[in-house]
Amino acid sequence: MDRILDNRNVLGILFLLPAAVLLLLFLTYPLGLGTWLGFTDAKVGRSGEFVGLENFAFLVQDAVARLSLFNTLFYTIIASAVKFVLGLWLAVLLNERLPFKAFLRAIVLLPFIVPTALSAIAFWWIYDSQFSIVSWAMMRLGLIDRYIDFLGDPWNARLSVIAANVWRGVPFIAITLLAGLQTISPSLYEAAALDGASGWQRFRHVTLPLLTPIIAVVMTFSVLFTFTDFQLIYVLTRGGPLNATHLMATLSFQRAISGGALGEGAALATLMVPFLMATILFSYFGLQRRAWQQGGSDR
Amino acid sequence: MADTITDTTGMAFLETRRSRFLTLWLPLSVFLFVLLFPFYWMVITTLKPNEELLSREGNPFWVIRPTLAHVHKLLFETSYPEWLWNTVLVSVVSTLLSLLCSVLAAYAIERLRFRGSRYVGMGIFLAYLVPPSILFIPLAAMVYNLGLFDTRLALILTYPTFLIPFCTWLLMGYFKSIPLELEECALIDGASRWQILWRIVLPLAVPGLISAGIFAFTLSWNEFIYALTFISSSEVKTVPVGVVTELVEGDVYHWGSLMAGALLGSLPVAILYSFFVEYYVSGLTGAVKE
Repeated sequence: MDRILDNRNVLGILFLLPAAVLLLLFLTYPLGLGTWLGFTDAKVGRSGEFVGLENFAFLVQDAVARLSLFNTLFYTIIASAVKFVLGLWLAVLLNERLPFKAFLRAIVLLPFIVPTALSAIAFWWIYDSQFSIVSWAMMRLGLIDRYIDFLGDPWNARLSVIAANVWRGVPFIAITLLAGLQTISPSLYEAAALDGASGWQRFRHVTLPLLTPIIAVVMTFSVLFTFTDFQLIYVLTRGGPLNATHLMATLSFQRAISGGALGEGAALATLMVPFLMATILFSYFGLQRRAWQQGGSDR
Repeated sequence: MADTITDTTGMAFLETRRSRFLTLWLPLSVFLFVLLFPFYWMVITTLKPNEELLSREGNPFWVIRPTLAHVHKLLFETSYPEWLWNTVLVSVVSTLLSLLCSVLAAYAIERLRFRGSRYVGMGIFLAYLVPPSILFIPLAAMVYNLGLFDTRLALILTYPTFLIPFCTWLLMGYFKSIPLELEECALIDGASRWQILWRIVLPLAVPGLISAGIFAFTLSWNEFIYALTFISSSEVKTVPVGVVTELVEGDVYHWGSLMAGALLGSLPVAILYSFFVEYYVSGLTGAVKE
């Protein structure tokens, strides 16, 4: 018996070793290194000296860095809210009795599985200032009288990148919420209907409460991915016009890799961590599973 | 049985055909149109000759004289085939490497139950939440110092940082569903842990392995920020990075070949996905559900 227990621990460590080595070396270590770099004046190819809070002090008074924080929050909040509403709506639609249900579900997920950088190029073309198909169609319908400058005007650009992000994110939310919807027993809806609940009431008082745990998880992931988004912005606008769409991730890339100021970029990336932690903690403590959702009672 | 069937039909009989059209078919068609239009637009743009692309006359939704000139240019006048090969190589190798590490780790955490396995499991989940956007700068410094800058190996070694946490988490769920009794029987018959993993657990976990593999492959195929940061020579670039950085020349955008590049780069994952939709969806939802 001792031998087996012994074996377990030794074997456990052995089995864990390959994954642990890779993760410690290329995930945990860089996480620490990134924080350290934020306190140095490192440049590409040259390890820097410790400079204390200099990078952070600089970033706090840097107008572009502040704008990027605003952009990131705006982008995350608006895109996540829209993705949630549309995703939930699409999930409810797909949960109806439909012909070719499996096929529809497969097609809906397509925007999520193709490389974002490549679908962003398609959006770039759709948003082209001279040949945009959206502008063309709206002109024909008489909705506008000249072509929209989607990516050239600060607010248009902000909304355009949000639209592209929503396009890519809705399928993920819809399909995962659909999986949650499918676990809700139809008899609950029948009971509610017999009690005279309207369609909206059934959704509000049956579907939504039972779906909350999975919504919490899905939206946490969605917010994390949106907050740290990079590719879409890099391809569509590179942060322009006038830094109006620079997110913290794209700005840190510009400062660290294109500009060579590794320390400053790392400090900016480190500044994202508190926001990510806050999101995770909020979802963990605020939206946890409640006992009544499992048929128990609240304390 | 009859009960469950009437149950799944629900209360649809209460709805009229007209309200069903307004509340179901109309919004659903709008969703599908918007979600699929960019793909249609990619295909149409790829097939359009330049004079049709850059004219505001006629109906832009259709192509009058389709041509494969853009695809031809892409395949024979750019490094696109090399990028494709790099992407395949990097994706396949990093997926296999991650699967191997994840199978061992998931089995150790879920079944060997060594001391502290719970905390390792938690750690794996937390690792899953660390976004590449905050890792790429320190990783770039490391890659540079290790002499891996501008090599495929840099990508093969860094992709597992987001693949292993995901795959391990997914496989832990699958291993949990395999009855413990099977393993106990084999242990009594004198099988070693290695034999149990190889002969009993893995064959039963094949669906999980496929899910994890497909998902890991698409994740590495779609990866952008590491490939953009760690690679600078054209001949080692991956498709997403190559298309974005090399096909855009100056102020004149070659929309035809750009769209052809986007289309050809999306097709492999789309085809793979279409064969394994169920596995992919179960991987997606399984990873979120736990």
